[in-house]
Amino acid sequence: MTVIYNREDKIFRGIVASGALTSLVVLGLIGIFLFWRGAEIFRDNGIKFITGTNWTVGSEDGIIPNDLSIGAMLIGTVVVAVIALIIAFPLAVGGALYLEFYAPRVLRKALVTLLDLAASIPSLIFGLWGIEIFTRFGERWAILLNKWLNFIPIFKVEFENFGRSPFIAGCVLASLIVPITTSVAREVYSRTPRDLIDTCYALGGSKWGAIRSVVIPYGKSGVIGGAMLGLGRALGETVAVYLLLNLVFRYSFRILESEGGNVASLIATKFGEATEYELKALVAAGFVLFLLTLVVNMTATTIVQRSTPRA
Amino acid sequence: MTATITPTSPTPVEPQTPWSTSRTSRVRSLSILLTAAIVAAIVVLFTGVAGIDGWAVTFFGLSLVIAVARTAKIGPKERKDALMRVVITSAAVAAFVPWVSIFGAVIFRGYSGARINYFTQDMRTTVPDDFLEYGGALHAIVGSLLMVAIATVITLPLGILSGIYLTEVRGRLTFLVRFVVQSMSGVPSIVAGLFIYTTYVYSTQSFSALAGSLALAVLMLPTVARTAEEVLKLVPEDLRSAGYALGARQWRTALMVVIPTVRSGLTTAAILGVARVIGETAPLLLTSLSNTTLRFNPVDGPIASLPTYIFGYLQIGTEFAIARAWTGSLVLLVIVLFLFTLARRFGGKDKR
Repeated sequence: MTVIYNREDKIFRGIVASGALTSLVVLGLIGIFLFWRGAEIFRDNGIKFITGTNWTVGSEDGIIPNDLSIGAMLIGTVVVAVIALIIAFPLAVGGALYLEFYAPRVLRKALVTLLDLAASIPSLIFGLWGIEIFTRFGERWAILLNKWLNFIPIFKVEFENFGRSPFIAGCVLASLIVPITTSVAREVYSRTPRDLIDTCYALGGSKWGAIRSVVIPYGKSGVIGGAMLGLGRALGETVAVYLLLNLVFRYSFRILESEGGNVASLIATKFGEATEYELKALVAAGFVLFLLTLVVNMTATTIVQRSTPRA
Repeated sequence: MTATITPTSPTPVEPQTPWSTSRTSRVRSLSILLTAAIVAAIVVLFTGVAGIDGWAVTFFGLSLVIAVARTAKIGPKERKDALMRVVITSAAVAAFVPWVSIFGAVIFRGYSGARINYFTQDMRTTVPDDFLEYGGALHAIVGSLLMVAIATVITLPLGILSGIYLTEVRGRLTFLVRFVVQSMSGVPSIVAGLFIYTTYVYSTQSFSALAGSLALAVLMLPTVARTAEEVLKLVPEDLRSAGYALGARQWRTALMVVIPTVRSGLTTAAILGVARVIGETAPLLLTSLSNTTLRFNPVDGPIASLPTYIFGYLQIGTEFAIARAWTGSLVLLVIVLFLFTLARRFGGKDKR
């Protein structure tokens, strides 16, 4: 079918297209501006900016030189996000399977509403809940982990102070990303062809048999995409991490130690009283974070879109 | 086949469902679970296992044991099924418990700190430590609403245009636009704040509500665009064909047939966008900062908002300051829930 558009239509289509392209333009501008304002830092420090662990702000007279790098924070970002994902993933998959296949009908509707609501709780409130309520439990679990599993290096600690650790921040971030991952997983699982499940039952399979051999393989890529969306959110989380972690500039994989931080919370922490040069470094850090989350999100989007063919 | 079937028995027979669990077996299952719960409680009281989390773990272990024991005589397939049922249900419970705890904590602690003056006064003559009978968060609530309103005015048209592009115009860039909108929804909020800081705040040399709104708009656009697309997709193709058949051009069909049909759906898009950004803190820390007096001018210096208010008072860390933060969270949560119910109400209308 060939469609002929007259002038009015062409103007209309032009306006709509330019409106739709705003998001593309904005996304591009974010990248360009952050890179441009942070360019000086990349020029001065080169690769050391993302591998070093110092954050020494130079004095104005230049006696102490500036030495700013975000290596430790990048590692911290990844560590906290990965802890969150490791905890959140099984819970989200379990939650989604429960909602789709196990929950009684009465309960199901209420739980789905609760899930939708949870997805819209601001991360600030998660952070508040984390320090005021959850820390007590988190510390207890951390002590147990340290007591029984301290032959594994990541559970060792230098000082027996278990509050404000990446582990606790990771737990809180996990509850933050479970809603989005669960929603995606549930959506994917609900699209499993009913025939296949029924075939399983007809062959004498149990419910778990049907889930394991049909539902989970069918929804695999979609669920992985959902988990990556959650990961992207955990990587970029600011206030919850800011409230739950002490910034310490040093490579650390000991997740029970009360030190850590991530790039986003670094920006929020240092922004207030930053010198001009430091500010540029923060913008540069923002650029790195932007790239990191963009890559994760684009991968996630591609996976989810590929697994859910659209009409 | 012309014969009609006549009912053989005069009284209608209740449909039977032989596969559903009978009442006695349900009661038995429940009582077994109850026993397990009590045993777990006893374990918590008399051994080193502590707290509600200890109880939950013990209960989980006992449930696994029970599942194995009850299916021991049936077979390995049933045993696995019963075990996985326990595991999946427990995972779901573990996923849901934090949210319930959050709602409970915010409602309880927020309510106990709420006073009527919280909604009628600002903090210009009050120090954070004052009794809760003094000062309030009016300035923060107003600031939040102001910023979100401006952000909505900016994003709603753009979001709708983006939705129309994806469903009506279907130009060459459809795939790209959809992909970019998706990826943009993952931009960390602090990056959005940093972006507005390096552009708008940098050039005007002042923090302002408008800067905050722009940062929120960046975060809001993807949500609005995606919801608008979803809503527009629900419009039946027949309506468009009818429009064309009546001789309307594409622009008339889109503006006068398609859009009016989904008006309430587009309202939903706006509401969901607002719900998405009203609690955003990080971008506002870099663009609008905070203050203590009631203000309405969006370009006149720093302005408070609910998230920065909560964040600031939480940092102060004294008893009454934290109480103020909790009440702020309650207000925030109530706003989000209100928007959410509103969105559901509007969202239900367009469905046919």
